[in-house]
Amino acid sequence: MRITVSVDGTAYTDDVEPRLLLVHYLRDKLGKVGTVVGCDTSNCGACTVHVDGHSVKSCSMLAVQADGREVTTIEGLARDGKLHPVQQAFHDNHALQCGFCTPGMIMQAIDLLADHPDPDEETVRSGMEGNLCRCTGYQNIVRAVRDAAGRMRPGAGPEAERVEQRSAQLSGGE
Amino acid sequence: MIPAPFDYVAPTTVDDAVRALADAGEDAKVIAGGQSLLPVLRMRLAAPTKLIDLGRVAELRGIREEGGHVVIGAMTTHYEIQRDPVVDTHLRLLRLATDTVADPQVRHRGTLGGALAHADPAGDLAAPVLAMDAEFVLCGMDGRRTVPAAEFFVDYFTTALRPDEIVVEVRLPKLTGWHAHYEKFNRVAQAWSIVGVAACLRVDGGVIAEARVGLTNMGSVPLRATEVEAALVGHPATAATVRAAAAHAAEGTSPAADGNADREYRQHLARVLTDRALTAAAGV
Ligand SMILES: Cc1cc2nc3c(=O)[nH]c(=O)nc-3n(C[C@H](O)[C@H](O)[C@H](O)COP(=O)(O)OP(=O)(O)OC[C@H]3O[C@@H](n4cnc5c(N)ncnc54)[C@H](O)[C@@H]3O)c2cc1C
Ligand code: FES
Ligand code: FES
Repeated sequence: MRITVSVDGTAYTDDVEPRLLLVHYLRDKLGKVGTVVGCDTSNCGACTVHVDGHSVKSCSMLAVQADGREVTTIEGLARDGKLHPVQQAFHDNHALQCGFCTPGMIMQAIDLLADHPDPDEETVRSGMEGNLCRCTGYQNIVRAVRDAAGRMRPGAGPEAERVEQRSAQLSGGE
Repeated sequence: MIPAPFDYVAPTTVDDAVRALADAGEDAKVIAGGQSLLPVLRMRLAAPTKLIDLGRVAELRGIREEGGHVVIGAMTTHYEIQRDPVVDTHLRLLRLATDTVADPQVRHRGTLGGALAHADPAGDLAAPVLAMDAEFVLCGMDGRRTVPAAEFFVDYFTTALRPDEIVVEVRLPKLTGWHAHYEKFNRVAQAWSIVGVAACLRVDGGVIAEARVGLTNMGSVPLRATEVEAALVGHPATAATVRAAAAHAAEGTSPAADGNADREYRQHLARVLTDRALTAAAGV
């Protein structure tokens, strides 16, 4: 079946088998291997991407279901060699150990911050409930998300890139 | 793992979806949010030959008021329900239960119709819609029919849906001003209910005028705790009333035993969680 999907700002048209999962389309067909697969049961969240501005587990969606939609992966966040503020906050707060869960954690954190620009710890923990860290580094992940909130206020999500520029300007002006 | 091969169609109307389902025969399945179905296909626990995707049927999506009812399209997502002001005002219990389902990613894709049609006894939305006296509008080749929630759930993972039928919408009577709470017991993040209790009450002048209590995972289908309801109505909304009523919560139930809980423990949980749910709902 022929699909056209926008991924990280570029439109792709491909013939795919209906059974192809979105995550395999991204990795195997488009080479977007930043999005990873961690489980068979839709539990781990490592494969989280945004579809039309909302987080989804890309292992739990068919590529054909993404036809006509806009997908953002972890590879679409950095701009001109500069990390997205959530990526930078994960780096600065040592919010990764092996790093396998990190792409999904960051994508979910951006979604969470779009709905809750200034989350308390409990809001972060429940908002990141669908993402498991096998290294169990949750303390620093929570810290990084709250730190990112501070860097990105006001708002995030679909606005993230513009906010990223704004925060760059702000820190440049300090 | 990856699913076994299947054909795929994405109709845009209910009529086309039903026709596709009827034409494809027994081995076809509809896919809604895919949050229960795709894990099953990935693990090859099922291998339908054809998937009929309801994701592009606009008429299945959305929330509207119709007099004394709120009507929710089957393809309305959990996330949309969580954020809808009409639901929050008139169907607070559904909103509270939906808040406990899975995790944000799953709630962005998963749908009310899919969760109910899946009919997992541990699913968190069946007991609330049963307690709210919902009706299901189903559509097949012979047209539409309306089935009360009490008749929709038939057995483990089994509903009144005929092979050529889909859930079109769920009609829920408005429970405006009722007090509600959904008390879910599980052990780890994003887990299903070991037991859950859905409670809503209408309190008039300090007296419980109406009471509805639904139980999750206390049998093969969601149950109404009718003895609890009877023990509440007509009594003052106090902690003593709640405690006495909650003691009846497990009466007539025969829940399954599994790795999470044996039968007696589930019955114990039903009583404790009913007490908590009613206490929170009544604010006593
Ligand atoms: C990690 C994880 C955790 C979860 N935790 C919970 C939880 O705590 N509580 C809970 O209640 N649920 C939980 N779920 C399930 C979630 O609620 C799903 O969204 C829901 O069960 C299925 O909805 P869906 O729209 O994704 O349906 P699908 O997966 O697309 O379909 C499910 C079944 O229903 C049928 N179906 C779907 N729509 C219709 C229709 N309109 N008419 C007829 N048949 C239809 C399909 O053919 C299929 O058999 C969890 C899921 C995951 C992946
Ligand atoms: S790989 Fe998608 S949830 Fe684990
Ligand atoms: S850092 Fe290793 S899984 Fe999270």
